[in-house]
Amino acid sequence: MDPKDNKVNQAPEKLIVTSSPHVHDTESVTKIMWIVNLTLLPAAVFSVINFGLPALITMLICIAGSVAFEALIQYWRKKEITVNDGSAVLTGLLLAMCLPPTIPWYIPLVGSFAAIGIAKHTMGGLGHNIFNPAHIGRAFVMASYPVAMTTWAVTRIGKEGDFSGAMSKIANLDVVTGATPLGILKQQGYQALVDSFGSQAAMYKALLIGNRGGSLGETSAILLILGGLILIAKKYIKWQVPVIMIGTVGILTWILGGKVDGKLVLFTGDPILHMLSGGLIIGAFFMATDMVTTPITTKGQIIFAVGCGVITVLIRLYGGYPEGVCYSILLMNAVTPLIDRYVYPKKFGSIPEPAKRR
Amino acid sequence: MLRIKKGGVHPHDEKESTEHKKIETLPVPSKLFIPLRQHIGEPAMPVVKAGDMVKKGQVIAESPDGRATPVHSSTSGKVAEIGNYMHPLYGLSPCVVIESDGLDEWQENLLTERNWETLSNAEMIDIIFKNGIVGMGGAGFPTHIKLSPPKDKNIDTLIVNGAECEPYLTSDYRMMIEFPDEIIKGTLITMKILNVQTCYLGIEHNKPDAIKLMTEKCKGTSIQVVELETRYPQGAEKMMIKVITGREVPSGKLPMDVGCAVQNIGTLKAITEAVEKNIPLIERVVTVAGKTVKDPKNLMVKLGTPFKEMFEYCGGFIAPNGKIIMGGPMMGMAQVNLESVVIKAASGIVSIAENDVDYEPEKACIRCGRCVEVCTMGLRPNILSILSEKGLHQTAQTDYDLMDCVECGCCYYVCPSRRNIVHYIRQSKAKNAMLRAASKTGSK
Repeated sequence: MDPKDNKVNQAPEKLIVTSSPHVHDTESVTKIMWIVNLTLLPAAVFSVINFGLPALITMLICIAGSVAFEALIQYWRKKEITVNDGSAVLTGLLLAMCLPPTIPWYIPLVGSFAAIGIAKHTMGGLGHNIFNPAHIGRAFVMASYPVAMTTWAVTRIGKEGDFSGAMSKIANLDVVTGATPLGILKQQGYQALVDSFGSQAAMYKALLIGNRGGSLGETSAILLILGGLILIAKKYIKWQVPVIMIGTVGILTWILGGKVDGKLVLFTGDPILHMLSGGLIIGAFFMATDMVTTPITTKGQIIFAVGCGVITVLIRLYGGYPEGVCYSILLMNAVTPLIDRYVYPKKFGSIPEPAKRR
Repeated sequence: MLRIKKGGVHPHDEKESTEHKKIETLPVPSKLFIPLRQHIGEPAMPVVKAGDMVKKGQVIAESPDGRATPVHSSTSGKVAEIGNYMHPLYGLSPCVVIESDGLDEWQENLLTERNWETLSNAEMIDIIFKNGIVGMGGAGFPTHIKLSPPKDKNIDTLIVNGAECEPYLTSDYRMMIEFPDEIIKGTLITMKILNVQTCYLGIEHNKPDAIKLMTEKCKGTSIQVVELETRYPQGAEKMMIKVITGREVPSGKLPMDVGCAVQNIGTLKAITEAVEKNIPLIERVVTVAGKTVKDPKNLMVKLGTPFKEMFEYCGGFIAPNGKIIMGGPMMGMAQVNLESVVIKAASGIVSIAENDVDYEPEKACIRCGRCVEVCTMGLRPNILSILSEKGLHQTAQTDYDLMDCVECGCCYYVCPSRRNIVHYIRQSKAKNAMLRAASKTGSK
């Protein structure tokens, strides 16, 4: 219902008559979406420095594709075109952040069609989608182009964190490919991974700063956390979700992640490696906190976060893929309506049911 | 300081424009339009006719059933007609139109001097009824009914509501500053009638002067002043009880079911005046505020005064109006024009500038959960609004506790999609009421 519809005008005063309340705070969907976009910007800029022009091109194709598909579908469905509300841009940006920087140009385009066309608009548009559009886009191209999707670029930043080299090579379209830390871990084991970085401390530092192979926006943990902290401060997301999701991954990988001579030894895993690598940080701060596809209540969101953490660890340690954040969030998206059905706030004045007698 | 445990919002209180100004008395307007229905229930029955001369305080409409409250003439003059004029809540409604003779003369032998301590409870309840006193906080519930609870309800606590959590409104605050003795006396009278020993006076944190003054004045009485966090909807009856006593009014029940009674500041002042001096409820303090009003004020206004006169007294408008609201901007009623008149439950008139009216179109719910977070009643406003949109009003009532909504408006206030959730909920309630009425007549 548009408030303008039930406006009663009466001469000579011409007053607007609507239902109460008559005041509103300053938040709006558009504002929230653009601020989330802004908080992703530092990590996005870093990825361009890190991977060069191909990263920028992938990002632009994703965003342009998402916006174009949204506009086209809304035009075709004779709906109001809402591309300026920032949600399509956000979907495109998040999708780009989960893609390898080196992929051919048509893959981001297919991905944005899957994200906007299939995940978002077949469900009815913003607010009605069950699954996170960006992750559906990623899962779609992952299934369609498995080779391109697992070819990772090596960063341009030197081993010692030499940014100047990266800046000078930024326009260079040639990309050297390599494996992601989680890929090395899966195929060659923990020791090989540590060796590839030189030492354990160097590995943690590289993971934190982003000096490693991986998807566009997944690399710099520190910039993603910075963006996430802004969202928490603005109260757009709750701190519980990222903390619990990352914490669950950390605890479970510490318990179950350690192997000595191929045999599981409890409590010897490396939680820091798992917490900082792959898409966990971006997933926990930006995807598992998506308003539309996660439970309504804080309690529900905590259940959601635990579920995401558990499934991520199961896929990383026992599944076929080295990385599982994307699928864990999609699976928990599917459970969200169920969580919302059973987890809701206690009604004021509800009489507690008398304790059952044995 | 006591606070709401869950939910609520904190809109900018906008009280600066009027809170430090003394209450001024509005000169009697040339014509008064006194509505016959100024309370919840049946309208009162007029006992005067066109052409009659009436005096100030004279009964002009009687209660038809002993539940509705009588209505008194606010000034002296001639009854011009009994016709339909703008009521701020019900639109065109029967009003007694009185042309003032400019003398403002009391009815003879009306005023007396009485000591409340010598009166019996039944006498005082009768005085309160005959002087037309209703809850002046907004609902207009007849006070004599509130003060005569059924015998099986044991009321042990009286709560005086000085929270005034709505933005702009300062009438209760000014009354506490200017008439503290009357308010305390009214409280003691109410305590005696209800036979309670415990009484709390809840005042929000943003009125430190009132807290200080009332604490001083209440020394030696059993009234305890309680400081409350400034948070909307602190002044909602059920919230007030929960925050101060920790008791939760069960769903569908009344405050008296948990042994509490809540009274408004203005009502207590009116009770004192009625009991001690036999002054009927013919005037009240009204906040006139808003960004478009030149000189916002608190005015002592005769009931039946058109809003137009009050705005004119406050210097008129300095910007185009978008809305004129009776009550506060969170729960008040938007007015069709400025012909609406002051009733017993009108605590304020607030204008909203045309530029400040929120024109942003409504969007789909993005399930952000902010409404669930701020809902003090523990409901799921997002689902209620969607069910109403889809026409599933019955489901809203049976599965999602529609009837527990108190329409405080916090959900709309925070909704980033600007969904008018309260309006949806009201639609569902109205549709269900129509269905119930239809099924009742069908079964007869």
